[in-house]
Amino acid sequence: MKGIRKNKDLSQKIIIIGTFILLLIFFAIMNPAYIRYDNIMTILLSTCVNGTLAIGVSFVIITSGIDISVGTVMTLSCVMSGTAFSVWGWPLWISILFGFCVGALCGAVNGFAVAKMYLPPFIATMAMQMIAKGLSLVISGIKPVYFTGAPNYQKIAIGEFLGIKGFYNAIIIFLIVAVIAHVIFSKTLIGRYDLAIGSNEEATRLSGIKVDSWKIGIYSLCGLFCGIAGLIMSSRLNSAQPQLGAGYELDAIAAAVIGGNSLTGGEGSIAGTVIGALIISSLTNGLRIMQVSSEIQSAIVGLVLALAVFIDQARRRKEAK
Amino acid sequence: MRKKLIAALLTLTLTAACIAGCGNNPSEAPADAPAEDSTAAPEAEADSDEPYIAMIALGFSHQFWQAVKQGAEQAAADYNVRISFEGPETETMVDKQVDMLKTALGNNPIAVCMAAIDTESVAGILQEAKGNGVKVVGFDAGVGEAEADAKCTTDSIAAGAIAAEHAAELLGGKGKVAVIGYSQTTIDSVQRNKGFIDKLKSDYPEIEIVDEQFGDGDHLKSAEIAKAMIQANPDLNLIFANNEGSCVGAYNGLKEANKLEDVMLIGFDSSAAMKEAIRNGEIAGAITQDPIGMGYKSIEAAVKLANGEEVEDFIDTGCYWYDASNMDDENIAPLLYD
Repeated sequence: MKGIRKNKDLSQKIIIIGTFILLLIFFAIMNPAYIRYDNIMTILLSTCVNGTLAIGVSFVIITSGIDISVGTVMTLSCVMSGTAFSVWGWPLWISILFGFCVGALCGAVNGFAVAKMYLPPFIATMAMQMIAKGLSLVISGIKPVYFTGAPNYQKIAIGEFLGIKGFYNAIIIFLIVAVIAHVIFSKTLIGRYDLAIGSNEEATRLSGIKVDSWKIGIYSLCGLFCGIAGLIMSSRLNSAQPQLGAGYELDAIAAAVIGGNSLTGGEGSIAGTVIGALIISSLTNGLRIMQVSSEIQSAIVGLVLALAVFIDQARRRKEAK
Repeated sequence: MRKKLIAALLTLTLTAACIAGCGNNPSEAPADAPAEDSTAAPEAEADSDEPYIAMIALGFSHQFWQAVKQGAEQAAADYNVRISFEGPETETMVDKQVDMLKTALGNNPIAVCMAAIDTESVAGILQEAKGNGVKVVGFDAGVGEAEADAKCTTDSIAAGAIAAEHAAELLGGKGKVAVIGYSQTTIDSVQRNKGFIDKLKSDYPEIEIVDEQFGDGDHLKSAEIAKAMIQANPDLNLIFANNEGSCVGAYNGLKEANKLEDVMLIGFDSSAAMKEAIRNGEIAGAITQDPIGMGYKSIEAAVKLANGEEVEDFIDTGCYWYDASNMDDENIAPLLYD
């Protein structure tokens, strides 16, 4: 049983990683500038925000839920931390932690609405998406929130790690986030129950596990990752932009799905999600370097998404036989 | 008991947040109730006999629209009219904007000021309204020519051409240029790019336009685009970014790639971040429109038309080049907003 499971995971990972490598080779042939060191760093940096959101949403997707509020919750978190710092005069690190808390709280409300109020995840998180967007605009007064009192705020994301040229801090932050998420998913009860709830929620409940509480926990975790993404985003832009965020959930969900997380739940991995996010950012970057027009770029990313899910489904059907 | 209490509390918070969230959402607010922070609102409620003018923009949350709204409110106070100001969340939601227009017309306005996302989709409704005596003023992106009684806007092609002239001057008439736009469909964005590119092509044959991409005015996306442009064209000399989001995005992209010294940047519109970067020379300069004037003149034209007075068909609200040297001048400084 365990052997089959391992095999399944392996074949899936080979498909994803293979796609990724093929993409890199293709773009490198089209334009050698693509695999230059600073462009690789650009691709990694552009993965950070979407990748962090995708990791968060993966936890939820694996429970067979969905969270479409990740983009605007990210925005609300950084607007709140910016307001705490610049308007209320809190110390920077407390403001940043406060932003994380806001994200986690939004996630907890999502989880509560899903688990205790029985709202379908799509509806509950759609409500949160609008609420977070509205609150961001109200709190910021529809103006960017600047971190003027912290001249080095931008260094959090785009400072150079250990002085290595072109190696941004954000990449390290993302790496740490990904490793922690992987450990949470594969070594702790959260991960185990995440999969169990997604495979068979009723059976999990009947075996005495407090499914509702775990769900609230998992949605909160997703919110926390949104908060971290908010930090990276606002640091890169040196400001919290209240009107951004809507639409980011689509890229995050796409990354999770390309990475092999099943929307029907019970299957997935954090490593897959990270590679899914890398595929999206290297694809977009490659198309831009090839100077493909913006309209066609969007169509191509859509095709890749459909193709990835199709291959995944085909593999699953074959394994089911 | 405790659980129930918590449940009730959380529900309450959620509802409260919901109301707060929706209350701010312009698209959900009924057209006859101007946004809460509108200065005209209290008077409007006190005296509902005041003539009512509906103003519908391409968007709402961007700084530019807030500045237009500010100008419109000023005019509303000066001319004793009641206004509402609305716009969809994103500048692509055609259907939502059509709904806003219909709702607004249901409240018997004397005039409508409109920046249509898609002029065709509102043409029929506006024609019908005109038949009922409602005056139509196009502003910014405007409405179709057949529908407009007057149009208040920046001449976007001319604005693009001014940017091109300054680009050519900065480059000494020679070099490689790329363009980052915010939309390939919105008429303003298309015309700014057209004005810019055509001017360079016709007058400066030694300047080459190597790439044109669109980043939805999203800061992060525009930053990534700028970086990809530098990768593809290592000898790029200048980027023209055609709105605030594109410009600040491109600025951050150049900063991340450590290329602010090598690649010049020209922007459009203004914000606190743009002003700071222009002041210290990291952005070479930008074109500013006069959004406050645009809002003011649109309402003014609408009032005059409703009173049966003549106004010009095309009211150019102007655009200006600004850089570190002139941004504090008394004719420029008021046009720059945070």
